[in-house]
Formats: sequence, C-alpha cells, structure tokens
Amino acid sequence: MIEVQSVSFRYHEDWVLRDLSFLIEKGEFIGVIGPNGSGKTTFLKILYRLLSPQSGEILLDGISLKRMTRTDIARKIAVVAQETQLLFPFRVMEVVLTGRSPYLGHLMFESQKDIEIARRAMAWTDVLPFSERPIDELSGGERKRVFIARALAQEPDVILLDEPTASLDIHHQIDFLDLILSLNRERRLTIVMASHDMNLSSEFCDRLILLKEGKVYKIGPPGEVITRENIESVYGCKVWVDQNPISGLPRITLLKKEGHG
Amino acid sequence: MKIVTLKRVVVISALLGLLLILVILVSILVGSAHVDPLRSLHILFQSLFGLKGTGTETEEAIILSIRFPRALLAGLVGAGLSVSGAVFQALLRNPLADPYILGVSSGAAVGAIIAIFMGLGTLSLGTPLASSLGALLTIVTVFYFGKQDRKIHPNTLLLAGVITSSFLSALIMFFISISQREELHTIIFWLMGDFSLANYRTIWVVFPYVFIGFFSLYLHGRHLNLILSGEENAMQLGVDVERLKLISYFSASLVTAASVSVCGLIGFVGLIVPHTVRLLFGPDHRLLLPASALVGASFLIASDTLARTLLAPVELPVGVITAVFGGPFFIYLLRTRKVVRTI
Repeated sequence: MIEVQSVSFRYHEDWVLRDLSFLIEKGEFIGVIGPNGSGKTTFLKILYRLLSPQSGEILLDGISLKRMTRTDIARKIAVVAQETQLLFPFRVMEVVLTGRSPYLGHLMFESQKDIEIARRAMAWTDVLPFSERPIDELSGGERKRVFIARALAQEPDVILLDEPTASLDIHHQIDFLDLILSLNRERRLTIVMASHDMNLSSEFCDRLILLKEGKVYKIGPPGEVITRENIESVYGCKVWVDQNPISGLPRITLLKKEGHG
Repeated sequence: MKIVTLKRVVVISALLGLLLILVILVSILVGSAHVDPLRSLHILFQSLFGLKGTGTETEEAIILSIRFPRALLAGLVGAGLSVSGAVFQALLRNPLADPYILGVSSGAAVGAIIAIFMGLGTLSLGTPLASSLGALLTIVTVFYFGKQDRKIHPNTLLLAGVITSSFLSALIMFFISISQREELHTIIFWLMGDFSLANYRTIWVVFPYVFIGFFSLYLHGRHLNLILSGEENAMQLGVDVERLKLISYFSASLVTAASVSVCGLIGFVGLIVPHTVRLLFGPDHRLLLPASALVGASFLIASDTLARTLLAPVELPVGVITAVFGGPFFIYLLRTRKVVRTI
C-alpha cells in the first residue's frame, strides 16, 4: 500500500505538486492523467525517491520512503521509463539480469537462481526468443517488453510506468497493456501508470487520478473522472464523452473548434 | 549463454595475463644493443629468483636496469590509461571520451613543462612530481566548476574539462614558443610520451595509484554497467549514483594523473583499448576492466618495444606508434564487429 500524505514539491520557485494526499491499495491499477506540466512525471519520480518532496511524505507499506535505502526501494518498486538509451549494446539477457541488481552485493555475479528468475520474467513477457540479441537491434515494442521483464526480475510489489504506450502503434499498445493487466490481476502487482491516452487509461485502470497544475482535480473510477465537465475544465479544450460500446467505460472524442463545420 | 560469470572473468584474465607475460619477455629480448636472447632470459630469471647472475655487467645493466623496468612501467601505464578510459566512457556516456578528456593531461603537461624550464627535469622524480601536482590542481579545478547543486552533471563537467583543457593548452603553446632548443626537444618528447627514463623508483610511484584505483573502480563494476543507460536508470535499480560518480571520477582521474606524470601524454591507448575489449568480450565492466588493464598493458609494452627498435638507435616517441598502429587496427575491428562479437 502506498500512502501519499500532503506531498508538495518544487524544482525552483514554483510548486509543481501541491498538497497531494491519497491512498493506493495493494493490487490496484492506477492511472495518472493530466495535461503537459500538470506534474505526472514528477509525481512518479517522487514515488521512487528520484526526487524528494519539500513537504509531506510517502509511506510504502507503512514505512516512510525517506527512511529506506535506495536498494530497499528498488526491491519494492520497479520503473519502466519512457525510453532508455543504452550506450553500448548489452544483450537482452544481460539487460534483464540487471533487474537482479538490488539483490546483489558489490563484487557479486548473478547466480543460477538469478538467471532462472530472469528467464521466467522473459518467458512471461515473451522475449525469451531474443535473449541473445543486442538490445539495440530490437523494435520499440520488443524493447518495451524487455524492460518489463527487467522490472519483473526485480520482484517488486509496485511497477511505475511513464507514458508506456507513447511510441507504440495501436496493436503494440493493446498487447502491452494486456500484459500489464495480466501482471496486475494474476500477480497482484500494484501498477501506477502516467499516460496521455485517456481512452486506454479508462479501459485498463481501476482508478484514475486527474492532475491539474500539480493538484488532484479528481480521483476515482474512470466513470467518475472522465466526464465532459472535468476534461474540459482541466484541459481547456472541447471534447465529447460517451461510452465505449463494448466495455461501457467512458470514451473521449476530440472536437474541432466551432466554425470549421 | 555468455553472460559474465566469475569463471569467465578468471579464465579470460588468465589467458590475457599469459599474453602479457609473453609480451614482456619479447620486449626484453629485443633492443638496439644486442644481447643473446637465451642469456637475456637467463639473466632475468636469475635476478627474479634471487640467484647470482652469470651475465656481464653490461648485459645485466641492459636487461635488469633498462629493458625490464621499462616494460613494467609501460605495462602499468597502459593498464592505468585503459581502465580509466573505459570508466570515463561509461561515466560521461560518451564513446569518444578518453582519460585526457577532463584536462588532467594538460594540467600534467603544464606542470612537467614548468619543471623542465626550472631545470628540475634532471632531478629524479622532478618532472613526475611537478606534473602530478599540475594534474591534481586541474582535477580539483574541473570538479569545482563542474558541480552544480552539490551534484556532478556529466555535461557540465565535460564543458568545464574542455575549457580548462584549452586554457592550459594555450599555456603549453606559450611555453613552447619561448623555449630554447634543448628544452624544446625534452618538452616535445614529453608531450608525445616517452619511457626512456623508466626506473624502479618511478614504478613504485605509479604502482599504488594504478593498483588502488583499479580496485576501487572494479568494486563498482556492476554499478558502472547500470549507469551506462543513464543515472535515473541506475537509481531505479538501487544505486547511490552521486557516491558512485564521486568515487569513479576521482579514482579514474588519479590513475590518469599518476600514469601521465611518469611518461608524458601517450594518446590513443585509453580510447581504443576499452573499445577493442568491448568488441571482443562485451560491455560488462566486471570483465571489461580487468581485460582492458591486461590488454592495455600488453599493447603499450609492444608499442614501446617498436618505438625503441624500429629506427634503432634512434628512439621514436611511443605515442606515434600507438596512433599509427592502434588507429588502423581499431578501424579493422569496427568493420568486422559482427564477426568479432561472437567470440
């Protein structure tokens, strides 16, 4: 369980996050949505203490992040960032094995058990066939799955995703989110995903957090958060919200400005 | 599956170690003064095992006081430059980085040139001490300017290094332009790298830096792998990145400073050896660092042997050899990369 307790953060003068407070239950699939600059990425960075808030704190299973070492955090929280650039071409297996890092001492090499854990993670995300290939030879969608496998090798309780579908085509978007959903449902992993894609967030997430200028504008199930009033007020543009005819969840259609027919 | 295991590190290091021993032996057998090869080996082993020598005084002097210490020093410097080159490439996430990129070498050069000007070059360790002082001052300066909000930013550090380096280069040019003929020759040889003054004392000066530096870097080998894909990435996997950077930058800079202080600026080694080793054995630092040290040592001893024998009795600056032979070999490796990578 993650308890966010009146967290505020600023890089320089202006507050980027203001007094965020809410609970994320174990095994929830949470979507964080909001316009550019509303604080989504900053919030994710605070969740794994890449940044520390100036006030308030975050409790992970009752323990303050401030009191945990970086290794402790890495054993509980795995991150799949937007795009990871590798300077020298490690092989897929080597990349996934780095997920075991939080469990290894300074001079240690990965054991047979670590390799077994990495293999199982790769089988789950379906990248085992390319385990010998250099990572830079894979397509964007394949690379994403490699980094999910690495996150799984960390054996975390929570996975944080920052714009995971931004660079993928629709087929890979759905495949990717189905994979994440299966991890959420079958392995009871808590998922926190920041995304610009409100339709996908609405389909996959249990609850959505809508941020506006660093504050929680609305938090709740997709049906309560994605309404025409909320979206128009937060994003300042015209939208049409109806229901996805298959799932019954809210669906957004973007509208041109009036006067263009 | 060729992931890096302890066994793989030990086996490859042992093989490269054998190569290094072979290169050292060959380098002792050849030179401008002719000593019978068998007798040379005899003299070396007798001395290593503390037996009474059978060679003439001249022969013993050539083998034990000139060629052997020279090979050892070239080996230490080659190892030091290669390891610090590999680490700078990782920390700055820049494949073009080499041990000299932060200006340590220019600082060392200014120190050495001042020593030569003041006539300290004739004292034993005079030039090495002055140049390591120059290098240390440069490291402190570059880190002072390269820090922001008590953190090391690779790009800021790189800029600080480049600026400091070009400022110091201007000083070097100034000194060269006002120097006399004899000083000029010494300065130029120093700037291109030169082992002709090697002796056991200089070896004992460099050895602790290279040795301790290597182990403090090797201890962080796995974490250096993680920082290759970015600082945030390393933090996500539990690495204390600021501490890692501080230790690694400092160790690598000290190793570089110690290396250049005894032999001048030998280019290319710290750039191509790590890349060559990566192409052969992959980018994992737990194997890359020891393998680079051993390959770098062999490469520089071989280059120095060529430098003193090719046009004997005239000696070439070793930096000329490292560039002339290292460059084309590296291009060749790069072109055949796909084949090589499967070794």
